[in-house]
This record gives sequence, C-alpha cells and structure tokens, in this order.
Amino acid sequence: MTIKNIAVIGAGVMGQGVAYQFAKYDYNITLVDISAEILDAAGKNIRNIERLDKLLHKSASTVKVSDKITFTTELSAIGSADFIIENIRENIALKEALYREMKAYIAGHALLAVNTSAVSITRLASFLKHPAQVMGIHFMNPVHLKPTVEVIRGYHTTADTIAATQALLQSVAMTGVVVNDLPGFISNRVLMLTVNEAVFALQDQVAQVADIDKIFRECFGHKMGPLETADLIGLDTILYTLEVLLESYNDTKFRPAPLLKKMVDAGLHGRKTNEGFYKYN
Amino acid sequence: METAIQTEQTATIREFLQQRIGAEIAFTDEEDIFKLGLVNSLFALELVLFLENTYQVTVENEDLKLEHFSTVNNLSDFISRKKGL
Repeated sequence: MTIKNIAVIGAGVMGQGVAYQFAKYDYNITLVDISAEILDAAGKNIRNIERLDKLLHKSASTVKVSDKITFTTELSAIGSADFIIENIRENIALKEALYREMKAYIAGHALLAVNTSAVSITRLASFLKHPAQVMGIHFMNPVHLKPTVEVIRGYHTTADTIAATQALLQSVAMTGVVVNDLPGFISNRVLMLTVNEAVFALQDQVAQVADIDKIFRECFGHKMGPLETADLIGLDTILYTLEVLLESYNDTKFRPAPLLKKMVDAGLHGRKTNEGFYKYN
Repeated sequence: METAIQTEQTATIREFLQQRIGAEIAFTDEEDIFKLGLVNSLFALELVLFLENTYQVTVENEDLKLEHFSTVNNLSDFISRKKGL
C-alpha cells in the first residue's frame, strides 16, 4: 500500500514532533486538535523544531515543512488519511471517547497507530471497525532525534499491518522494535517504576535531586538520571502513565509517589513549565 | 567601514548576550560563544527569535547555519545583510 497522507491527532509535544518528522520526509500531514490556539502554538513550535534541526543537525531536507502541514479542528479531516497517528493525552477515558468518535471517519484502507507509552492497543482497537489495522507506536521525545521506537502488536494486529508500519518508519529514517501488547510495553513498564522509586527516594530524603541523577549517570553510564528524564518527559505524563499502569495491572508497585502528585498539582511539570525537579530558563 | 546603525546593532547584540550569558563573562566580538561553551547549542534558536523580534527580519531555512549566530560580529553582519545595509 502507498502511504502519502498522514493524519496526526493531538498537537502537543509528541504530535508536533511526529508531524515534523513525517512532513520533513515529504508526507502530507493533517494535524488535528481541538482548538485554533493549540494549533497555532503547534505551528510555531514545529517551525522552531525545523530551525533547530537545520542549525544543529544540519538537516539536508529541502522540504519546507510548513508547506506540508494542514492544521484543522475538524476530526472528519482524518478521512483522507492513509495512516493515522493518534497522540492525545495518556488518559484512557479521553482516548476511548476519541476512538468512538473517529470510527465514523477512518477510511477503510487506513492504518492507525496509537502513539502511547502505556495504553492497551487491543482495547482501543476494539472501538474501531478494523482492529487488524491498528498497532501502537511508542515514539520517544524529541521524535526526530530518537530514531528507534517500540512498535506494539495488538491482539488482532496482522503481520501486514506491522510490515507496512515498519516500512513507513524506515522511510523516515526510523526503526521499530516489535513488542506485544501489555500495559507499559517494555520501556515504560520498567522506566516508570524507576522514575517513581527515585521520587520516593527523594521524598524520603535519601539523597538530593542532583545526586540521585549523578548516580545513574556516573555509576551506570546512563545519559540522564531518572529525575532529569522525568523533567524531559513531563511530570504530568509520568503521573498519568503510572495511573494507567496501576489500573491495568492492579499492582500497587505502580502507585504514584505522593511527592510526584504534589508537584503535578503545583504546576511543576518539568521542562515544559520551566520547573520540575530542576529549574530551567 | 562600520556605520552608526551597525555600531548600535553590535551593541544591542552584545547587551542581549551579556544579559543571557552573564554580565561578568568576558568574550570578544570575534569569539565563538558556542565553542567557548558559554551557551549550549539550543541557545541558537533563542538567538534566531531574538534577531527576528528585534530587527523585524525573517530568518529563512537557508539562513540556518550555526556560523551566522556564533559571534557578535557574525550576528551583526547577518542582520546587516538581511536588512541590505
């Protein structure tokens, strides 16, 4: 199947990154969100992603990304897409409501990727007409700098769907590692526990923020410690993801640290709000 | 020869850089602020936005080369070229 038109639903940080990456490789993008203000902000951010990509990574792409992206608040616009990538918030109720609404608009041949770090692909696919054409792609942030992603095989996802997804990813210089569908897959099932436990350790005053991260960077050779990573991902996203994992497994090992909840309530969401475990300019 | 406008441009750019880097940090108009490690590479985007907002120019894709933004003189020359000075 030939994929030319891609609909990206959700114009937050991940949606912006996904729209940029595919537009850069000359796909026609329809970026959908619920308000003109969100789309306007997304357009500006995507322009800045493109600029940094050219400045720092010497992107040789001659595509003018802004010419490749159409912004809309009309969900029905996804009807012209060959491939849909859904990136809304990691909230099961919100996602389910969206999938019920999308069902009427998705073209019969279209494939749909749930961009998620934790939500069940099989469950979301059950709200659509063709669950065989649904898979998960767990993009990392920033999307254009993290070429390896998790590709998640739902219960009904066919080998053809996985093969077409891998081919699409390859066409934008990315690679998928295929995993099966259980909440959190591999990356977040393991990472979220680590981040959460680091927050508990901070809460218990075992060590200060910088020292917790230093142990991971300098003893284990990780590029970033768990608290720096949480700031990059967004503390609100970390909290949502832990809540999804807790609900999915009914296992208290995923209960979010009270300090994490408090910080989210206080609006300290990490880099995107200029303050999380660290302060940013 | 540098015109009065270009002299003022250079002063404005330096003022912005010193404000962001620290008033006490010394560097010449020819020194590369990225290579000196005074700013991280993401600062390049801040410079682009600063130039656009201050001088009402549009930085196009073909302008996006780090060397245009790496020294006070290069920044000033870049603006002069964009404004046809």
